Amino acid sequence: MTVTIGAPLRRKEDPRFLTGTAHYVDDITLPGMAHAAVLRSPYAHANIRSIDTSRAVAMPGVLGVFTGTDFMEYNPLPMAWPAGGSAGLQNNVNTPRILATDSVKWTGEGVAAVVAETREQAFDALEAIHVEWEPLPAVVDAEQATQPGAPQLHENAPNNVVFTWTVGDRDGTDRAFAEAEVIVRQRLVNQRLIPNPMEVRGDVGRYDPASGEYTIWMSSQTPHIQRLLLAAFVMGVPEHKIRVIAPDVGGGFGAKIYCYADYAMVLGLSKKLAGRPVKWVETRRESYGSTTHGRDHITYLEVAAKRDGEVTGLRVKTYANLGGRLSTIGPGIPTTLYGRLLAGPYRFPNVWCEVVGVYTNTTFVDAYRGAGRPEATYVLERAMDLLADELGIDPAEIRRRNFLPPDAFPYRNPSGLGRAPNGAEILIDSGNYEPALDKALAIAGYERLDEAKAEARGRDKYLGAGLSTYLEVCGVAPSKWIGAVGEGWGAAMWESANIRVHLTGKIVLTIGTSSHGQGHETTMAQIVAGELGVPVEDVIVQHSDTQGTPFGYGTYGSRSAAVGGTAAQLAAGKVKEKAKRLAAHLLEASPDDIVYESGKLYVRGSPDRAKTIQEIAFAIDLGFDLPAGMEPYLDETAYYDAPNCTFPFGTHVAIVEVDEGTGAVDLVRYIAVDDVGNRINPLIVEGQIHGGIAQGVGQALWEGAVYGENGALLSGSMLDYALPRASWLPDLELDQTVTPSPTNPLGVKGVGETGTIASTPAVVNAVVDALSPLGIRHIDMPLTPARVWAAMQQAKG
Amino acid sequence: MIPAAFDYAKASSVDEALDLLAADGSRALAGGHSILPLLKLRLAHADRLVDIGGLAELKGVAAHDGGLRIGALTTYRELLDSALVSQGYPLLAEATDRIADLQVRNRGTVGGGVAHADPASDMAGILLALDAAFVLRSRGGTRTVASRDFFRGAFTTALAPGELLTEIVLPPLPAGAGTAYAVQEQAASGYPIAGVAAVVRRSAGGCDHVAVGVNGVADAAYRAAATEATLRGTAGDAAAIAAAAARVAEGVRVQGDIHAPAEYRAHLVSVMAGRALERAIARSA
Repeated sequence: MTVTIGAPLRRKEDPRFLTGTAHYVDDITLPGMAHAAVLRSPYAHANIRSIDTSRAVAMPGVLGVFTGTDFMEYNPLPMAWPAGGSAGLQNNVNTPRILATDSVKWTGEGVAAVVAETREQAFDALEAIHVEWEPLPAVVDAEQATQPGAPQLHENAPNNVVFTWTVGDRDGTDRAFAEAEVIVRQRLVNQRLIPNPMEVRGDVGRYDPASGEYTIWMSSQTPHIQRLLLAAFVMGVPEHKIRVIAPDVGGGFGAKIYCYADYAMVLGLSKKLAGRPVKWVETRRESYGSTTHGRDHITYLEVAAKRDGEVTGLRVKTYANLGGRLSTIGPGIPTTLYGRLLAGPYRFPNVWCEVVGVYTNTTFVDAYRGAGRPEATYVLERAMDLLADELGIDPAEIRRRNFLPPDAFPYRNPSGLGRAPNGAEILIDSGNYEPALDKALAIAGYERLDEAKAEARGRDKYLGAGLSTYLEVCGVAPSKWIGAVGEGWGAAMWESANIRVHLTGKIVLTIGTSSHGQGHETTMAQIVAGELGVPVEDVIVQHSDTQGTPFGYGTYGSRSAAVGGTAAQLAAGKVKEKAKRLAAHLLEASPDDIVYESGKLYVRGSPDRAKTIQEIAFAIDLGFDLPAGMEPYLDETAYYDAPNCTFPFGTHVAIVEVDEGTGAVDLVRYIAVDDVGNRINPLIVEGQIHGGIAQGVGQALWEGAVYGENGALLSGSMLDYALPRASWLPDLELDQTVTPSPTNPLGVKGVGETGTIASTPAVVNAVVDALSPLGIRHIDMPLTPARVWAAMQQAKG
Repeated sequence: MIPAAFDYAKASSVDEALDLLAADGSRALAGGHSILPLLKLRLAHADRLVDIGGLAELKGVAAHDGGLRIGALTTYRELLDSALVSQGYPLLAEATDRIADLQVRNRGTVGGGVAHADPASDMAGILLALDAAFVLRSRGGTRTVASRDFFRGAFTTALAPGELLTEIVLPPLPAGAGTAYAVQEQAASGYPIAGVAAVVRRSAGGCDHVAVGVNGVADAAYRAAATEATLRGTAGDAAAIAAAAARVAEGVRVQGDIHAPAEYRAHLVSVMAGRALERAIARSA
């Protein structure tokens, strides 16, 4: 079947997932493979006085026990994204070593590793390692950590401050507040979340003593970047001596973007064992402490406005908890991806944002689905509701009054969306916000909500509706912007694609992006099949092995379709061009006269003498009869550096009921109208929106990492950390508007994160709306029954 | 999530199981849904697991003395499939249907859950309200302990070392009594934050049988004596229910945790008590 973009195809990769025949890291077994387990700190903050491994070494099956000092030939892990901006600010950087040497900074930091013949033996030996600890006072709250007298984590970070970063127009914002007709203020906590991909992280590492080459299978979103970081920053070996393979990856949500200590650990262990492969797979509980967390902001919000609801200034101060040491891009998330986006879809003339990045005795924090943008959207959408409540204006109306109008684009955001030190700038390329709002309100029956509220009161329930009119920035690019030091990775953000049309006719697309559940094997095949006019079954997509795919930056930030998909489309265009040149040669015509249509090439006006793309490929690949100067083989590579980011937007509406007796919140309806541009595969798009909404609702109502005062992770397993379940959600009511992105030829934007970005504030706004008759104007998440009840009690006096 | 090594022995009779369990460090393995997770987390230790799962004499539901005898190894699934349960003890059927998930109900045993004595366990509150008794066997003999004397604290019961819970005995439900179970669960674990099981008979003279079991609130499941006394003899109207429900946590130390501070839990259990009593009374013939 020849398909074009827009077909709701079932995913090509699903049969192997659904039948249990996929290959995840833990499915890999190599001859002679040994198993590693890691001893992790039981203290949030402690000095290591000594480690006695002698009993563990003597345990059955143990091949070796290693501590931090055994890995000193490797550097501490890299931190690739310092908070910067125009001031070029100081970042007080501390990153983990392979295993802790002198001290630990959070419960779960790795201290020693056992390698044994079996995983069971490795776990048994962990219990025989004796560590002499010197416990130290701990601090887990980012705001408290900056106060005088707080326990200090690092000598180079006074008051535990990693950086203080600002963006926007301070004087203009101060003037707006001085002249404001109304000001609202609120302290908001965006609680810490624990990513829970279905597949935990794990690696198999193998060192080849003969060649000195390393191979690592890892559950990662970024195999090429990990090879680069391991080679250039951690291990100091040439890139060609490391091969990184991300086999089937069972989700990541951002937590598998980073460079973790276990990568070099398993490779180093394999080398110490003279080349025996070493597998390490974390347990779920281990994952909760040693794989990155997300969010964790404390924010002081101030809004200046006129009485008619027009916002004149936004002032935000945020304490961003980055954990005990820094993860790979930790500082970039609450700065560039948060502070620069605080105006959202609104025409705010003045924004000033100050972010303090803070060390605490907690697991390190980095990007989690949405990465800074959910935090910004939460602040912004709560701000709009707080202002609406203060002024007695309907929340939908106050948004309309502040929306950027459709003729505002391209729009230069005053909080400085771009304006990197090198002058690169990001403009909001397109948008049309009111139609999505209108559509969502119509589906929700927004006009008739008062009747529903009255009916619910008769059942001892409070009903409320909440809006979120979000703007996302995704498809992160261009290299000039993201690569400016301090603005991004200090690296580029282009993507790559290679197409080879084999002699036997199959079209193999290899890509630099790396699917961990998004469905690249289907989506990318649709792009190429559509471009080349061939059956989608004939396009085979290969990815995630550094030996055999072109370099790419991986999958995160909803960028694979907009950036990687465009690279695939460009590569297909090059294939067509070369095919046309050969067709012209064979058909004795000018290339300009060759028509390419539905996988066939012919001279204009003579479709009966057409050659298929496979026939042309066969001829080029054999090379018996090529025109002068043409190289054999139909093999084309394209690199695409997008000129701009993409900007999905939309309106989500949540309708909730709150039980007066228990405080329990029931999400009764959820409406999502998203504009993600053109949809390559609507089935996959809707799946992404479903999952994103579930995750965002999870933050609003159920999820939250809780630390005790001493730094123990109290929500340390799924018994205490509540992930959303399908039965807790209503049927999601989805609709769309389509404003194609003018930035890329596909007209696509990105959809991986819209649901998490939009849904969290929609649900919180709905609960606050429901309880507004009691005078409640804010409750911090998660809105568990206990918290909602406490707020109701406080409101009732 | 890998347990330390342990020995395994499969018992072929109750007597053999009791012999094996008499050794220090031996623990009984029934459905495995409590002990195995604890061993995997290395929060519990066993030198030897004595597998009693194959002992047919400890399985099944049978009519007895107007009531029921439930073998300790009866699974939740088998309870749900039993007509004796669904017809005679709708409270048991109502609550069992929502214990854990399908897999746990298929494997987990009623006796295993009772002996584990998680203070939040639905079954503990329900068996208390039903005036259940537990038959305990050891090499020294057999004794019967009333449910209200069985649950001593968190994961602590009247079971002595070497003793095995073999049977749960339910007296007949008072004729005309209505029953209900009201519960609110902790979202992550699905375990009750507060669960209240009520058995109430309201006749012409008012409420003459009131039994209220509570789980999830204190360090052990308990009978709410003050609530029972307050409702007994009343007409079971809304005011009487409210007065009775308000006393449901009287005399116990209400637990608090990251999900439900004690103040909230104390409030919640009174709401659950009100809802359970109201429904039970409405169902009383």
